[in-house]
Amino acid sequence: MLASVATFALNGVDSREVTVEVDVRRGLPAFSLVGLPDASVREARERVRAALLNSGLEFPLQRITANLAPAWVRKAGPSFDLAIAVGLLAAGGQVPPESLSDTALCGELSLGGALRPVRGTLAAAMGARTAGYRRTIVPEANAAEAALVEGLEVLAVPTLTRLVDLLHGRWSPDPPPRVAWPPPEVQGGPDMADVRGQTDAKRALEIAAAGGHNLLMVGPPGAGKTMVARRLPGILPPPSFQEALEITRVHSVAGVGSGGLVSERPFRAPHHTVSAQGLVGGGSRPRPGEVTLAHRGVLFLDELAEFSRMALEALRQPMEDGHVEIVRGQSAVTFPARVMLVAACNPCPCAQPARDCSCGETDRRRYQRRLSGPLLDRMDMVCQVAPPPAAALVGAGPEHVERSSAIRARVMAARAVQLGRLEGTGVNCNADMDGRLSRLHAVVDSGSASRLVGSVESGALSGRGHDRVLRLARTIADLDGRAAVSRPDVDEALGYRIVTPSRAAA
Amino acid sequence: MSDRAVRPLELAEAQPACPACLRRGFLVGLLSARIAGVLDSRERNPGGLLALSDDDFVRAVAGPDRDDAERFLETFDAAEARHGLEYQGVEAVCQHSRRYPARLLQLVDAPRVLFLAGQVADRLPGLARGPAVALVGTRHPSPYGLEMARSLGRGLARAGVVVVSGLALGIDAAAHVGCLDGGGSAVAVLGGGPDVPYPRTNRALHSQIARAGLLVSEMPPGSRPYRWSFPARNRIMAGLAEATVVVEAAEASGSLITSDFATDLGRVVAAVPGEATSTRARGSNSLLRAGAAVVNGVEDIVEELFGVGNHPEVREPGTNDEPVDPVSRVVLAAVEAGTGVDGACRSAGLPANEVRAILSRLEESGNVRRDALGAYTRAAP
Repeated sequence: MLASVATFALNGVDSREVTVEVDVRRGLPAFSLVGLPDASVREARERVRAALLNSGLEFPLQRITANLAPAWVRKAGPSFDLAIAVGLLAAGGQVPPESLSDTALCGELSLGGALRPVRGTLAAAMGARTAGYRRTIVPEANAAEAALVEGLEVLAVPTLTRLVDLLHGRWSPDPPPRVAWPPPEVQGGPDMADVRGQTDAKRALEIAAAGGHNLLMVGPPGAGKTMVARRLPGILPPPSFQEALEITRVHSVAGVGSGGLVSERPFRAPHHTVSAQGLVGGGSRPRPGEVTLAHRGVLFLDELAEFSRMALEALRQPMEDGHVEIVRGQSAVTFPARVMLVAACNPCPCAQPARDCSCGETDRRRYQRRLSGPLLDRMDMVCQVAPPPAAALVGAGPEHVERSSAIRARVMAARAVQLGRLEGTGVNCNADMDGRLSRLHAVVDSGSASRLVGSVESGALSGRGHDRVLRLARTIADLDGRAAVSRPDVDEALGYRIVTPSRAAA
Repeated sequence: MSDRAVRPLELAEAQPACPACLRRGFLVGLLSARIAGVLDSRERNPGGLLALSDDDFVRAVAGPDRDDAERFLETFDAAEARHGLEYQGVEAVCQHSRRYPARLLQLVDAPRVLFLAGQVADRLPGLARGPAVALVGTRHPSPYGLEMARSLGRGLARAGVVVVSGLALGIDAAAHVGCLDGGGSAVAVLGGGPDVPYPRTNRALHSQIARAGLLVSEMPPGSRPYRWSFPARNRIMAGLAEATVVVEAAEASGSLITSDFATDLGRVVAAVPGEATSTRARGSNSLLRAGAAVVNGVEDIVEELFGVGNHPEVREPGTNDEPVDPVSRVVLAAVEAGTGVDGACRSAGLPANEVRAILSRLEESGNVRRDALGAYTRAAP
């Protein structure tokens, strides 16, 4: 007897349909698996045999051949277990084959017959819907994730025994709960109100969040750079449902999510020893890197100067294009990577506060040169972070300190203005405006213009830096709710400009 | 340049270096590696070696190259050498030329010939006859030292004084930059050939000086510097300048060699006071104790040179004046105290965005300076 069952294999953050064909016929008892399975897929034979027998089902002592089609694509991972087991049941007449029409399944089996969760269920469910399947059978732990896909019936099954009951029509699971959108406000994350002092850094973060600008924070260790940066997701606008789906899909593929819809923007802070592959993704079977895990959220690079040159160079394409393309001998995959980059570093190699610094100008220059290059070129703002004075740390502090929610409200208002202004241009925040759009939307008065011209002429500002100051000034005006960019906006924006060290020499 | 009317005097002055001097210049270049071999590493100062006559000089330093050196002396072709210099854009001016800086002749071992590059026609007369000051100091300066060097360089340039320095990292480079910034005549005295930027880090500055100032060396073009070249270069700097100002120097600094030469020549020696606790300023501070003039600003140098009240126009009016409005002053005081933008917010009681904007304006008016990573420092007036 022959049976075929549909399942989905992961390819980057997308999925590819795989048909599992199982043939059972008389012959010497054997179980062979073909169609380029890797070691983890081949092991499915042992799990399937034990799971069937332990569930009180029959494992045919006949010649069994399972084929994973298309046969030229390499298959990896344990998510084919369920489809192979069900194919075997259908081929042996233990479940009615017609009950499998229009159904895609995926799941890992335990030896006892329970269904274990797998990575990438959301991607698989999206693939199933696109391919025209009406229902999908998934392990219980993955049900919430699969249920995010509209127009697809999700059947959450705990064990193989239950699955047989389901296919015979003797049992049906409760439909998985629908997610509430928008999600209820979650209180209790790190809040800006907990930060003492640091008015300057807070302001810089607010501007960065409002316009989607990349930010470099410079300060001695212990000044609070990391603490402030960790509060950035709390002031960013919450993701839209579409963005939340994107985030969930990436996290599900990487196996880092909790299983449900991710309604907060991610914050990733890889250690500075991360390799280029770790940062942008890679491996012989490409896995998403940190920049992809931070998709639609914040990538925080602490101790920027300590990152390897290779790793930072590799960030170029994702910073420019918003995605990473990884080509390996077998395949090419694309991972999404639209992030807001926040980096922190010490002002000089000795990492002491300015008063105790013992670094010579040459040491500083050399250190700053390590930072320079492609990444500094993508930074829109730089701000210095100093440790707050003791008086600000001790005691209850001033009674009125803004909470993250208040800042977030301003940021969202500014973003709404930008969305309205940039409608139809394919750009959705000030930071992504090109030179033409910046000049169109950030018109400055003559006083500001002459100051900008002066800065460019004296070499303090490059042509690219000039556009960057315009974008920043636009965001500052948006935050303030003003339609026109005024002189103080330009002055403030100039105060955040970043100068590549070669231009700042002597 | 070529269509400029040539006055008779200039024609006379533009006469080429005499063959004997030119030959001596190239001989020093030929034997520079041998000089390095002869000089004991402790006694780096070439001392009397460079004052010897050609034959004695060859005998003293040439060693195994003696035959080569003597053959060179016999076969030297001045016309060919001049042709080569012209091709390299380098001019040679010998002791017998009226264009040779007279002040330099006071040295017992004054170079027989100077190799010059850059704006020779425009800048050499000013160096030879006009007021000139050497600004020297450590290669590892503090931000304060750098700021002072830059500010003195700029101020001297505006007062019409030629600024002589050695193109080294740190104070030297800052002095050159300040001088160029002020639109003045920047003179770099090099240890190697005038066309050889050393250290390599300052090659951009070297070409800037070639475009706007003057590059001076006693070594023929293409020569690399040796250890002994730097004290030898320092004697030329001291000789060219009426006054030597040490901005920041540690105890055993090369800048002190320059000031020693200046003392020996009876020129003015001055120093900028440094932090008493800083090792980087120990050398310059001990100069002050030994009686060097105190330099707090350009006015002090100008007074030393021209006498009190004789040369009033030092500052360009309008720039870098103290701000008048009280808020700006509070912000400026916070920058001076090193408490950064946050400190300024606290002491001025203003939100960060307003303080940023004020700082940005203060930067525009030249009261504060912002480094590559966004740290603000108070600019020297």
